[in-house]
Amino acid sequence: MSTLLTPPVSTAIPSTLGSAALGNQPRPRRTERPRAAFFSPARLGIYAFLISAALFFLLPLYVMGITSIKPMDEIRQGNIFALPLAITFEPWAQAWSSACTGLDCKGIAVGFWNSMEILVPSLLLSVFMGSLNGYALSFWKVKWANWLFGILMLGAFIPYPVMIYPLVRMFASINMFQSIPNIVLIHTFFGMPIMTLLFRNYYAGLPVELFKAARIDGGGFWRIYFQLMVPMSLPIFVVAVILQTTGIWNDFILGLIFAGRENFPMTVQLNNIINSTQGEKVYNVNMAATLLTSMVPLVVYFVSGRWFVRGIAAGAVKG
Amino acid sequence: MSNVSIKDLNISFGKTPVIENLHLDIEAGEFVVLLGPSGCGKSTLLHSIAGLIDVTDGEVEIAGKDVTWADPKDRGIGMVFQSYALYPTMTVERNLSFGLRISGMPKAEISKRVDNAARMLQLTELLQRKPAQLSGGQRQRVAIGRALVREAKVFLLDEPLSNLDAKLRAELRRELKQLHHDLGATMIYVTHDQIEAMTLATRLAVMRAGKIQQLDAPDVVYAKPANMFVAGFLGSPSMNFIKGHLRHSGGRVQFESAVFQADVSDYAFAQPTADNQPTVLGIRPEHLHMVAADAPRNAHATLGLIEPMGAYKIVWLDAQGSSLALQVEPTTALTSGTLAHLAMDPGHVSLFDATTENRL
Repeated sequence: MSTLLTPPVSTAIPSTLGSAALGNQPRPRRTERPRAAFFSPARLGIYAFLISAALFFLLPLYVMGITSIKPMDEIRQGNIFALPLAITFEPWAQAWSSACTGLDCKGIAVGFWNSMEILVPSLLLSVFMGSLNGYALSFWKVKWANWLFGILMLGAFIPYPVMIYPLVRMFASINMFQSIPNIVLIHTFFGMPIMTLLFRNYYAGLPVELFKAARIDGGGFWRIYFQLMVPMSLPIFVVAVILQTTGIWNDFILGLIFAGRENFPMTVQLNNIINSTQGEKVYNVNMAATLLTSMVPLVVYFVSGRWFVRGIAAGAVKG
Repeated sequence: MSNVSIKDLNISFGKTPVIENLHLDIEAGEFVVLLGPSGCGKSTLLHSIAGLIDVTDGEVEIAGKDVTWADPKDRGIGMVFQSYALYPTMTVERNLSFGLRISGMPKAEISKRVDNAARMLQLTELLQRKPAQLSGGQRQRVAIGRALVREAKVFLLDEPLSNLDAKLRAELRRELKQLHHDLGATMIYVTHDQIEAMTLATRLAVMRAGKIQQLDAPDVVYAKPANMFVAGFLGSPSMNFIKGHLRHSGGRVQFESAVFQADVSDYAFAQPTADNQPTVLGIRPEHLHMVAADAPRNAHATLGLIEPMGAYKIVWLDAQGSSLALQVEPTTALTSGTLAHLAMDPGHVSLFDATTENRL
C-alpha cells in the first residue's frame, strides 16, 4: 500500500507551491488519492477467502434447495449436487399441508400457526418488558438498581437445563403447564436478561438532561416512557424484535417441554415429520419442510438486516 | 415572579459532601449568577432547586412555599440545560407545548402561549421543524421557550450558552438580559464564564467547594473581592498578587514588599491590623501603569510577553521573580526585554491576610 501512496504525495507538493507562486494562473488539477487497485495479489487473496467461505456456508442451503424441487427418483440416483432435471414443487405442497407426523397428516402448516401463536405474544411481552426494565434502570434511580441488574445478568449465564425441571414443577402446581400462556411466559422470562441489557445500554447513552427536562415539564413514569423514550428508541426496538423473533422461532427444547402436544411449534413439528417415516425417506419433502421452517428467520434477516446494523450502530453513537 | 430561599442546605453523594450548610436568599426578579470552577457544586445547587436531586438536609423555599420535597413540575420553575435537551422526535411546536399538554391545558390556550413565546424568541418560522434541523442558537432559543411557555416564576439556567460559538454566545447573552428585563422573572444562572457572570448578574455568587465565597453585585465582587480565590477567579488576566507585609509607623500604614511600597492608610480595613503582619496586595492589571523613570515611588520590572487584545494590550512583566500583568493602551510602543517603571492606583488595591487569604 505504501508504495502506491508515494507518487501522488511527491506531485502534490510542487503543485500547491506552484499555484501560490503563479498567482492568478489556473491551479493545476490536484492529483486524486489513488484508489486501491481492484486486482492486486492481496485483493485476490481476500476475494478467494471470502468466496470460499461463502460457498462453504451456502453449500448446505444449495443442496437443500435443489433437493426440495427434485422428484424422488432423481434423488435416488445419489447425485446430491446435480441440478434437477425435472423441477417439481409437489414436495413443498406436501410438506406444507400433508406431511405426516405419526398418524396425523396435516403437514407442517399446523406447526407454523402454532409457532405464530407462540411468537407474537412472547415477542410483544418480552420486548415491552425489556424496554421498560432498561428505561427504569437507567433513568429512575431505583435503589439497588445495579444489584438488580447484576442478578438479572446472572440469569443469562445459568444454563437452561438447570431451570427446566423447577419451572415444570412450578407451572404444574398452578395448572398452567403445557399451554400457550405457559410457553409465552417461559420465552418472556428467558428473553428478559438480554432484552434488558440491550435497552439499558441504549438508554444509558441518551443524555440524562432529556429525562430531566421531561420531569420538569411534568412527565411521569409512563408518559416519559411512551411519549419520549419509545419514539426515540425505534432502532433498538428493531434490533430487539429481530433478536427475539429469531430466538423464539428457532427454539426447540422449550417448545417441546412447555407448549403441550396441541401447540408444538414448527421446529418440533419438523422434527416429528422427519423422524416419523414409514418406508422410504422422502428427502425432498423433508428438505422442503426444513426450508419452510427456516423461512421466517430468513425473511426477517433479509428484510431487516440493514436495520439491524443501523440499530447496533445507533447504540454505539451518542444521540 | 417569586423569591427563592435556601436554608441550611446539605447535599452529599454517598459519603462525599458536595454542598454544606448553604444559605442563599434570592429576591423576586433578581438575576443571580452562580459562578465557580468545575466541581464547585453550582450545578448541584441548581438541580436541587429544580428538584432533580434530593437534598440530604435543609430547606428550599420558592415563593414562600416549602418545596424541598415537591415534584419538579410543582415548583413553578423552568429549566434550560447546556445540552439543550430538546425532545428529538418532536417538532419545535410540540417541544414547546409538551409540558402544557401534560398538564391538560385547553388547546386554544396552548397555541396562544406557544405563539407568544415563538414570537418573542423569533421561532415562528421554525415551529414545524425538528431539533436536528436547527442551528445551535435556535436550539437554545427553543430550550428557553420551553421555560417561557410554562410561565415559570423562576428560571433555572444551567450553563445555557456554553455549547455555542463565541459570537452567538454574546448575542444570546444580550437576548437573555433583555428577556429578563422584559419578563421580570427570577433567574438563577450557572456558569463558569466570568464575562457572562459579570454582564448578566444583578447579584453574583462565587462558589468554591460547595460554599458561597461571596455574594454581591458584580462590580462589588470585582472591585472588592472577599478573598484571594474570588480575586483570582474574576478578571482576565486575573488580579496580580504581591506578597509583603504591613508596616505601622506614625499613624500611617505602609505596604512593603521587595517590588512595591505603597501607602495604604486610606484603605478601608475591615479589622484592625498588626505591625509587620504578612499581607498579600492584589491589584488588577488595569490599575497598574507605566510611568517615567523619575516618577516617585515607582517599581521596576522587565517586560516579557505582550498580548495585543485589539482594544488594549496585556503586558506581562517580571518583577524580581514574580509575574505581573498590566493593561496598556493599544498604541503604546513596547519592546520586550527592556526595563519598565510601574505605579499603581492606591485606591484600587485589595489587601488580603497572607494566611487566611481573606480580605483585610
